[in-house]
Amino acid sequence: MEKVLLKNHGKADSHKIATYIANGGYKALTDALKLKPDNIIQMVKDSGLRGRGGAGFSTGLKWSFIPKDPTLQKYLCCNADEGEPGTFKDRGIMDHDPHLLVEGMIISSYAIGATKSYIYIRGEFVYGARRLEEAIQEAYSKGFLGKNIMGSGFDHDMYVHRGFGAYICGEETALLESIEGYRAQPRKKPPFPALAGLYGKPTVINNVETLSCIPAIIEKGPAWFSKMGPEKSPGPKIFGVSGHVKKPGLYELPMGTTARDLIYNHCGGMLFDNRPLKAFIPGGVSAPMLLPQDLDTPLDFDSLAAKGTMLGSGAVIVMDTSTCMVKTSYIVNRFFSHESCGKCTPCRDGTPWLTRVLKRIEHGDGRPGDVELLEGLCANIFGRTFCPLGDGAVMALRGALKHFKAEFQYHIDHKKCMVS
Amino acid sequence: MLSAEAKKELQAALGKYHNKRSAVMEALRIAQRENGGHLTRQAMDEIASILEMRAVEVNAAAAFYTMYNIDKPVGRYHIQVCRNISCSLMGADHIIKHMEKVLGMKTGETTSDKKFTLSTVECLGSCGTAPMMQVNDDFHENLNEAKIDELLKNMK
Repeated sequence: MEKVLLKNHGKADSHKIATYIANGGYKALTDALKLKPDNIIQMVKDSGLRGRGGAGFSTGLKWSFIPKDPTLQKYLCCNADEGEPGTFKDRGIMDHDPHLLVEGMIISSYAIGATKSYIYIRGEFVYGARRLEEAIQEAYSKGFLGKNIMGSGFDHDMYVHRGFGAYICGEETALLESIEGYRAQPRKKPPFPALAGLYGKPTVINNVETLSCIPAIIEKGPAWFSKMGPEKSPGPKIFGVSGHVKKPGLYELPMGTTARDLIYNHCGGMLFDNRPLKAFIPGGVSAPMLLPQDLDTPLDFDSLAAKGTMLGSGAVIVMDTSTCMVKTSYIVNRFFSHESCGKCTPCRDGTPWLTRVLKRIEHGDGRPGDVELLEGLCANIFGRTFCPLGDGAVMALRGALKHFKAEFQYHIDHKKCMVS
Repeated sequence: MLSAEAKKELQAALGKYHNKRSAVMEALRIAQRENGGHLTRQAMDEIASILEMRAVEVNAAAAFYTMYNIDKPVGRYHIQVCRNISCSLMGADHIIKHMEKVLGMKTGETTSDKKFTLSTVECLGSCGTAPMMQVNDDFHENLNEAKIDELLKNMK
């Protein structure tokens, strides 16, 4: 398939505006500025694009909630706080093709009437932040940013905002709190950001990959996009594959590619020939794991939801038979516990409790009844937290317990690992 | 005290936002970098005064984000090894043990000559090139013992 999101990767100076323009970049912006903003929103709706950050909400619909009042200040925020373990797709775009994101953001801002936008990038991505800052400067110097862009009458300023170590900033209202200089704790919804977002003004928050799809939708048309992959979940998708495969990395493929095709064809199969697949996580650690018998599941929002898991960020983590599910669950839960923002009790107290129990099971100090204790804690966290972070912790652990409960029990009964 | 250059950088950052408070993360980042990797109370108080915030509000922000090291000096080379799932599957435990052995220290410690601090961190978004670590601003990927030894040798 013709690549759209990763097409410039591997080219010399792929991050430079000259390379980007030489490969057709900023043509979509020229075309978009000749259209009415509402037409662009309709095109994005018609394309069927759904948010690539994980929630899968219709991007065009999200944009249409922004009030049309031209006197209101509006903002676009790009969520580049990529932190879901296993996920590294947005970093790929920002490090190697930052102009794709910048162009997507200018078009998106024009569509919703935002004169200012922020890219919220996680603090550890120093390289990516520098690349974006350089790209933004280049875009200003070419007249793609600033006042009266290409004679259209549309003004736009774009800024990079660096995070400094907090997974919760990937939650859109926590991200807004963080830009405003507060501790990044999620806000109560409603009001939704489309009505009261950054500084209380109408705001759209979109993921890096979502915004990077926009230039191609303008250039090739919504029908081109909507015809790729499943009808209700179309378009190109970057899958980030890590773990026990021969060729981990980023793969741009049509939405709905099966896990089998991704792992055994594109990624060259399992890392070690004598260690077959044990399980795989289809969409970052919050997504419940699947088994070898699920390999033919199309990787898209709806097919994975039907399997009780989710596409999430499209981060596929592959685990072979040497993987201990107790240790993996401990690592994953320790992460959620570390990243809990402290706002609500079920998550703040529940995730460290889960981690303590998992730690003692992993280290051979598990007690009879610990599996039931974990299940009870999960039940008391799930659906009772302020934001989805606590649910993510539970979904991950429940996924492991569902398929590998015997491993947990073995650890408790024998004080050692069943696998190694 | 923030240097004149840092204050200039902070003034530029203020221009990005609707209000002064929004520049607090950038101000703390600049202050930490100027101070060799950690924040002092004095610097945070100075930021509070520039941004017209209360000291406790600056502290609340700084204490929330894990990359700010409040009153906690780090070595010239802050080595942060990822220990999350993808790196763990590819041998992060072994990388951490090797690092502790070569540096003669435990995770969380700083060498007595203040050259190295060794930490473990959660996912750094470099999962396809696991195992990996960050040293100051830079990522080092696809690690193995030989690569680590070579990297450490080049850290003067």
